[in-house]
Amino acid sequence: MKDLIEEITGIFGPSGSEEKVRTVINKKISNYVDGIETDKLGNLIAFKKGNGEGKKIMLAAHMDQIGLLITHIDENGFLRFTKIGGVNPKRLIGQRFILANGMTGTVGVEKVDEEKEIKFDKLYLDIGASSREEAEKHVSIGDSAIYKPQFDVSGNRVISSYLDNRLGCAVLIMVLEKLKKSPHDIYFVFTVQEEVGLRGAKTAAYQINPDLALAVDVTITGDTPEAHTMDVALGNGTAIKIKDQASITHPMIKELLILTAKKHGIKHQLEVLEHGGTDAGSIHLTRGGIPSGTISLPIRYVHTPSEMADLNDIKASIELILRVLGEEI
Amino acid sequence: MLLKKLTEAMGVSSNEDEVREIIKAEVEPYVDRYYTDMMGNLIAVKGEDKSGPRVVLSAHMDEVGLMITKLEDSGLLKFKTVGGIDERILVSKQVQIGKSKIPGVIGAKAIHLQQKEEQKKPIPLNKLYIDIGAKNKEEAEKLVELGDLATFTTKYSQIGEYATGKAFDDRLGCAAIIELMQEEEFDFPVYGVFAVQEEVGLRGSARAAYAIEPDLAIELEGTSASDVPGTEKHGYSTTVGEGPAITVMDSSVITHKKILKGLLKAAEKNEIKYQYRRTNVGGTDAGMISLVKEGIPAAVISVPCRYIHSPVSLMNLDDYQGLKALVKGYFAELEKEGF
Repeated sequence: MKDLIEEITGIFGPSGSEEKVRTVINKKISNYVDGIETDKLGNLIAFKKGNGEGKKIMLAAHMDQIGLLITHIDENGFLRFTKIGGVNPKRLIGQRFILANGMTGTVGVEKVDEEKEIKFDKLYLDIGASSREEAEKHVSIGDSAIYKPQFDVSGNRVISSYLDNRLGCAVLIMVLEKLKKSPHDIYFVFTVQEEVGLRGAKTAAYQINPDLALAVDVTITGDTPEAHTMDVALGNGTAIKIKDQASITHPMIKELLILTAKKHGIKHQLEVLEHGGTDAGSIHLTRGGIPSGTISLPIRYVHTPSEMADLNDIKASIELILRVLGEEI
Repeated sequence: MLLKKLTEAMGVSSNEDEVREIIKAEVEPYVDRYYTDMMGNLIAVKGEDKSGPRVVLSAHMDEVGLMITKLEDSGLLKFKTVGGIDERILVSKQVQIGKSKIPGVIGAKAIHLQQKEEQKKPIPLNKLYIDIGAKNKEEAEKLVELGDLATFTTKYSQIGEYATGKAFDDRLGCAAIIELMQEEEFDFPVYGVFAVQEEVGLRGSARAAYAIEPDLAIELEGTSASDVPGTEKHGYSTTVGEGPAITVMDSSVITHKKILKGLLKAAEKNEIKYQYRRTNVGGTDAGMISLVKEGIPAAVISVPCRYIHSPVSLMNLDDYQGLKALVKGYFAELEKEGF
């Protein structure tokens, strides 16, 4: 499990540039599924056939990650950038980023008197080039960059960049590896462009038109010193989302998840997230409406290069999904 | 002159009729058919029976403007903005209201009568009014109705290779599609979508795309140029005169990689000067189109315009020609390679 998480969190794939992630996942799962295709927007859709008596279920985890978009290269070779997805400019100074070609840079800041002045237009990425010409050998305007991947195991927890949401991708891959049989037709969808507006899942859901859908994504916790009040804690099990800004979990799905977890003694917690959303937000509003919910993986320090997850929560999430898929709905 | 005719026409969001009629007359001899959909989008189709990728070229007909919200007893008119307009630049502008284009001027207290404090701040919208020279409410009612829309009276003009006028966003896109349909024969079906209500929430064009189900869509836009004093060079979103701007990502869409590559190839091959749009703020109809049904690969190409969403903006006509050349070059790639 740790090896898979390390591998998959280390792949370059900011929103709109998910190709490499898609290739790796495709390779890992193609032996476990009955069909696999990439749709028009770049979502990877894998299909596993049921026994003809079950439902049509869509599982979605987004492949894309937040990052930077290069907007300008100055005469001294410094790169200016804007954000892809939810990136806080005040937390970028000193962070290392890599481009698609592996080139590393570090974020510097113009002189400022106060921290609140730190906005994107005060920051730059230094890739060690000393002129525009030199920089342009490695980078072009419109290229994207991600946090330089870092992965560590501390005790029973992993600290890594981009658990959001490669952890969700890893969970779906592990579900596929373990899933023996299910009555249901299952679509494993690895979506694009979630971080910029839940976009890929919307068109994938239109195409699949499932009976129900589950997003698998990370959520934040409220268990750190002086944290925002939130009743999700690392190590307390898989989190069953009740609500976030983009969706309210369908009552049928909520009941299904809670009852299944209870029945099989799977450690779980209920999640109410005040901000943010998951692919379920766009899926449930597709066509005539699709009952949807989210199985959340609790992580601390979301959208920083050092997100933290608990291995037992991951195992609980995998088990809950397997149990849901294994039973009649 | 097409740009003059189109930009001087009135077409505030939801009232695009005048623009639609101009476009119909322009494209009619050159297209297989055209129709207006339920939303009011005008769709002109050329080469419908041809094989090959079905392409949407989209531009919006509507412009930002004003809506009359109250007729005062004094005969003065209160108004609100439609779409994103900088309220601070409204005072003293000449406007025209409604289908009969009643002339008016946006008034406010003259400088002699203002308090010192008032002079320090821009005049807020609720202190502004439109004066149509009516003596009282009854007289005003004969000329204007509640809900009438108003635009600025700006005339189009050219200064060397530069043009000034109103509503370049996005009549320049409409003009480009019209001219492409007039000048070119296509080897594949091309749907010119002239959309309504972009400025109030990207509402029109996606409905047209829903019905058409194209293989790809390219939005032609007027975009903001910030190459002016007060902006650092690294903050220029686009630069006037540096060619059409290709969007990689804005707040509504990430340009589809395949189209992006094709556009860049076409630009290199035909030596078309281009620039990237160097900001991710602002959204376009391409965002809504891209999420229709199973997803539609979409891209945005823009002509940089200074002073966008104001009574007068400025653009470079070579950039405009470059935009058209880029579309032609890309179409040549599509004809050869398919999509």
